[in-house]
Amino acid sequence: MKSKPAFASLMILCAAALALPAAAQTQTPLKIGFLAEMSGIYGAPGQDQYDAFMMFVEAHGGKLGGVPVQVIKEDTQFKPDVANQIVDRLMERDGVQLFTGITYSHIMMAVHKKITEKEDFLVSSNTGPAPIAGEKCSPFFFSTAFQNDQLSEVVGKFAVERGYKRIFALAPNYQAGKDFIAGFKRTYKSPLLDEVYTPLSQQDFSAEIAQIQAAKPDAVYVFYPGGLGVNFVKQYAQAGLRSIPLLNTATTEGINLPAQGESAAGAMNGSFWGPDFKNPASQKFVADFEARYKRIPSQYAAQSYDAAQLLDSALAKVKGSIADKKAFQAALKAADFNSVRGEFKFGNNNFPIQDMHIFEAYKDPQGRMNVKTIATPMKAVRDSYADQCPLK
Amino acid sequence: MNWSLFAVQVLNSVQLGALLFLLSAGLTLVFGIMSFLNLAHGSLYMTGAYVGAVATARSGSFLVGVALALLFNLVLGLLIERAFLGKLYRCSHLDQVLCTFGLILIFNEIVRIIWGPSPMFVELPEALGATIRLFGQNYPLYRFLIIVAALAVAAGLYVLINRTRLGMLIRAGAFNAEMISVLGVNMRLLNTAVFAGGAALAGLAGILMGPLTAVQPGMGEPVLILTLVVIIVGGVGSIRGALYGALIVGVVDTVGRVYMQIGLREVFDRPIAQAVGPALASMLIYILMAIVLAVKPEGLFPVKHG
Repeated sequence: MKSKPAFASLMILCAAALALPAAAQTQTPLKIGFLAEMSGIYGAPGQDQYDAFMMFVEAHGGKLGGVPVQVIKEDTQFKPDVANQIVDRLMERDGVQLFTGITYSHIMMAVHKKITEKEDFLVSSNTGPAPIAGEKCSPFFFSTAFQNDQLSEVVGKFAVERGYKRIFALAPNYQAGKDFIAGFKRTYKSPLLDEVYTPLSQQDFSAEIAQIQAAKPDAVYVFYPGGLGVNFVKQYAQAGLRSIPLLNTATTEGINLPAQGESAAGAMNGSFWGPDFKNPASQKFVADFEARYKRIPSQYAAQSYDAAQLLDSALAKVKGSIADKKAFQAALKAADFNSVRGEFKFGNNNFPIQDMHIFEAYKDPQGRMNVKTIATPMKAVRDSYADQCPLK
Repeated sequence: MNWSLFAVQVLNSVQLGALLFLLSAGLTLVFGIMSFLNLAHGSLYMTGAYVGAVATARSGSFLVGVALALLFNLVLGLLIERAFLGKLYRCSHLDQVLCTFGLILIFNEIVRIIWGPSPMFVELPEALGATIRLFGQNYPLYRFLIIVAALAVAAGLYVLINRTRLGMLIRAGAFNAEMISVLGVNMRLLNTAVFAGGAALAGLAGILMGPLTAVQPGMGEPVLILTLVVIIVGGVGSIRGALYGALIVGVVDTVGRVYMQIGLREVFDRPIAQAVGPALASMLIYILMAIVLAVKPEGLFPVKHG
């Protein structure tokens, strides 16, 4: 044991050393929970969402709205109970008050109530199921993507414009599949030639393709996301059916096109954004994304990039503090950013009011499968459920 | 009743059966001889598809892709068997399930890390991309190839199992493994050979389906479930069971799915038929499996005893 005076000075030195970091303390980063599917057969859209979001954040030095952010990446594994546990953990242990991402409808239905009831913020950059746009709408929820039905409603309207009389529709047998075909029928209005729902795990569509050949429709409408879409389009082309126009939602788009190759050429897909858009924000986004990730961004990437831009503009308005919830809500609602889709405005239910287009798949001059805009059947539309939402 | 459509659907069933046979032949032997439940069989299907896809893309030849897929899976099967499975034969089925389930997760992640989560493209060889006019429909020539390949494998396996010494050992092993090891046969080597062979067949199935389906992480699991149903229906350990079981499951699944929905629509209103039809159709093969387990639990074509 050293002499008392020496010991005392040692203690003072230690105290001083501990005090210094407190004086030079940096701002604690704002935590953002990013929930999506990023692995397995359902992981491709979520991966695009994450990549685009992080590209924006990193381009701004790890900051949104001028404040440093910590993006906590969580894989919800396509399981609602896992998503619930993740949200619980992030809210309670990490004090997260702002969530984004969410790829699939059933995950959204699980976490939406939990997050909005606690008055935390949820910015969806993909799924927008009907109840969330309608009677379950919340002022704490914002979508930078679309309301699910819009993706098929635009194709239905296009089918009417093109004069297709006999349409054969297919989708996987789960809620999203039924919703999309319902959306198509809402705008197509005439009865469909046939409506087939295949088991969600079924990868081989030879039987259904034989049925299509026997029925001889004017056009075929499908909703087959991810790997299912790759399978269907390849098998459709192999059966020599490319002469029958293939209308679709989420089937021949950015993520699937490289795997589909030429089989997808000529297929027509409904969406709100395509990589050939001419506005400066979109062109910059596409160029940056292609340079960094060496692939063409999908609509999922575009949605998520817009979510990052939205948060950037809103956080700047509230100077990085979301404690004043009314102020942050107003900042988000203002949507004061240059969206990659051009004009951007939120409706009463905090879903975008936007144009919906039809894109045709083709082989671009660089030899890659790409899409180009061929029609804009719906201009500045609100979704079909906005009236059911009590918000103004 | 559109008979030409029915004929095409039967053909589709046979093609599905062909694919299932390639997968279940290996799995049933492994289960039958070593009483080892290998859930990672679907992952072997996936690795065959990936290696074949990459080899086809790099070399420009589908045949090279197929050959490399077979070779890679053979070696991979050998390595897995030697490294992991040797210790597991003595363990309970639950331990085997846990270990091979872990292998599924590992394989899915390795594949995702190397090639990403998006599906990969496999070029269909020009010569095989044609369709032939059959029963008033365009039927892809390539699907015929799959049927032919499976028949060739079935013939080869028949010769192997029934006409060679190795085949005799395999049959004896399926019947009573302990007895033949007591008789001096190197069961260890036999097990490795059977496992590696099964892995190669799974890889063949994987690359053959490559041009038709999405090559992506997790592609093996849906197919694995169907394969398990086949070996239960056909009889564990029996190659005959794998062949006939695969055909039966193929027919029940394909023809059943299509005609059940049509049949339901005759009886009920369209909305009801559309709500109930798909759900019932996906249950058909499991109902079949349940019936087989209740009535003839050893399978419809079990290994012949005595």
